[in-house]
Amino acid sequence: MAYLVSHPDEVKVVSRRFGLGAANLDRYLELDGYKAVQKAITMGPDAIITEMKASKLRGRGGAGFPTGMKRSFVPKQSPKPKYVLCNGDESEPGTCKDRLIFEHDPHSVIEGVMIASLAVGAKTGFIYIRGEYRYLVEIMERSVADAYARGFIGKNIFGSGIDLDIFVHSGAGAYEVGEESALMESLEGKRGVPRIRPPFPAVVGLWGGPTVINNAETLASVPHIILNGGEWFANLGTPRNGGTRLFCMSGELERPGVYELPMGYNLKKMIYDVSGGMIKGKSLKGVVPGGSSVQILTPDEIDVGMDFDQVLKAGSMLGSGGVVVIDDQMCIVRFALRVARFYQHESCGWCIPCREGTDWMKKTLVRFHSGGGVAKDIDNLKYLAENMLGRTFCPLGDAAAMPIISYIQKFRKEFEDHLDGKPCPYEKVHEAALV
Amino acid sequence: MKFSDQLEQRFAAMVTHYPTKRSVLVPMLLYIQDELGALNDEAIHEIAERTELSELEVRNVISYYSMLRTHPIGKYNLQVCTNVSCLLRGGEEILEHCQKKLGVGNKQTTADGLFHMEEVECIGACSWAPALMLNYEFHENLTPQKIDELIDGIRKKEHQ
Repeated sequence: MAYLVSHPDEVKVVSRRFGLGAANLDRYLELDGYKAVQKAITMGPDAIITEMKASKLRGRGGAGFPTGMKRSFVPKQSPKPKYVLCNGDESEPGTCKDRLIFEHDPHSVIEGVMIASLAVGAKTGFIYIRGEYRYLVEIMERSVADAYARGFIGKNIFGSGIDLDIFVHSGAGAYEVGEESALMESLEGKRGVPRIRPPFPAVVGLWGGPTVINNAETLASVPHIILNGGEWFANLGTPRNGGTRLFCMSGELERPGVYELPMGYNLKKMIYDVSGGMIKGKSLKGVVPGGSSVQILTPDEIDVGMDFDQVLKAGSMLGSGGVVVIDDQMCIVRFALRVARFYQHESCGWCIPCREGTDWMKKTLVRFHSGGGVAKDIDNLKYLAENMLGRTFCPLGDAAAMPIISYIQKFRKEFEDHLDGKPCPYEKVHEAALV
Repeated sequence: MKFSDQLEQRFAAMVTHYPTKRSVLVPMLLYIQDELGALNDEAIHEIAERTELSELEVRNVISYYSMLRTHPIGKYNLQVCTNVSCLLRGGEEILEHCQKKLGVGNKQTTADGLFHMEEVECIGACSWAPALMLNYEFHENLTPQKIDELIDGIRKKEHQ
């Protein structure tokens, strides 16, 4: 369903099988399918984790935590069952990559879950997919059933004596559930409210058992690392940032799409070369490099390598890989309002700074955008956002506050242009946006 | 309330996947809703019994998830994304076009019960924006013309 694009600079690892019919198990087997898990069985847990560490793979959900290290936190002995949980609750605005993985290479996710389970000694894996992605839930259910039918999962996998079950689980609409502790709550049949940490999921997770939680793209990278070696994967990227990444290019670009590029690939090239630059008649105003939760970069800040460390140094975050390109015809206040409305809608209400803060930010921006703003609103908005930072159980509060602060810091003039009872000077105000 | 054979099979399989019964709740509620159109009192009572929860606890969970509802809506749910990537490519204009075309506001159903329309958050179609979901079906790279064709096509099919 989702369209594929390609560019000569791409290095296809996770997207290697896209468009090749690999959702069919026989086809997947022709394309080296289920070889990695067999190799992993012969390697054993310690060697798998060593390879994962060597790969410098970092979590593709957004936080960028080293995957190998995360797995090493799981206790070897546990009185409670251990679990592996695949986070396929992709909902970060600007992000549409996991959709392609589930659609085009579902067995790679299953294999990733299997290898993670072998690494930590888990006997059960869950693949949680957001409820809106029903067709992908169906693809994954079919793929899991196919793998069971061949005996790849279930009892005594590949004659190893190891039993391993994998189940697909559908969500029902909630951005917040993409946060790992809220994800576990949701899987347990509850409201997706975050848990306080420590203890971390690797020690106390699903039903109190140690749990490894990885993003779908992270897990889909794992079989390739096992087959080709951690060092090979690490060398595709930059120091401390191994491998490649699916970058979701969106906005008024000539060739938007999902491209797999090496970690550290230049953002400016990603926009002007890979994605063909801005469409005719529009120019670049700013870039949100990692989903709506991260700080905006101005056109003179985008000559940066896209890995976790370099983007952080440039004042933003690599996040989810959702590169949202903002053109000169978009009003930043309108953009800020849309972002604020999103977080207000998605805040679970558990922590007061987030629940109240997102609501105030939205209300202020609604008034501001429609011409009712006063000068002190700008600083109040920034003050409000700054007081949400670090004061919530989960990162949603930060995710709501950080972008707003950056819009004000970098585009203050656009906010000032909305003062003195003037409606938006840049474009028509849409009634739909003011609810 | 009696579950359909299909729901019964699903429930029987799912309940074996988890150490606690209530873990089936979120997906089961969605599957029940798909069949009934909404989670009515009988359905809530039934799932509460089966998961050994109070009805209040089930309602508490329902109220958290944006896709779950306790009242029926139109047969075709038009969910228009206006989040950032769609916004940049005319998502709000698409939303307004849908509202005008159907003659209803946000979260409203047309008088004939055919269409429901709502503005939704990011649906993961960012690189193919603007986009909407028609029930579970993605429609991407939208234009007002495509919307007209989609809606007119459904009306024609339904009125035949």
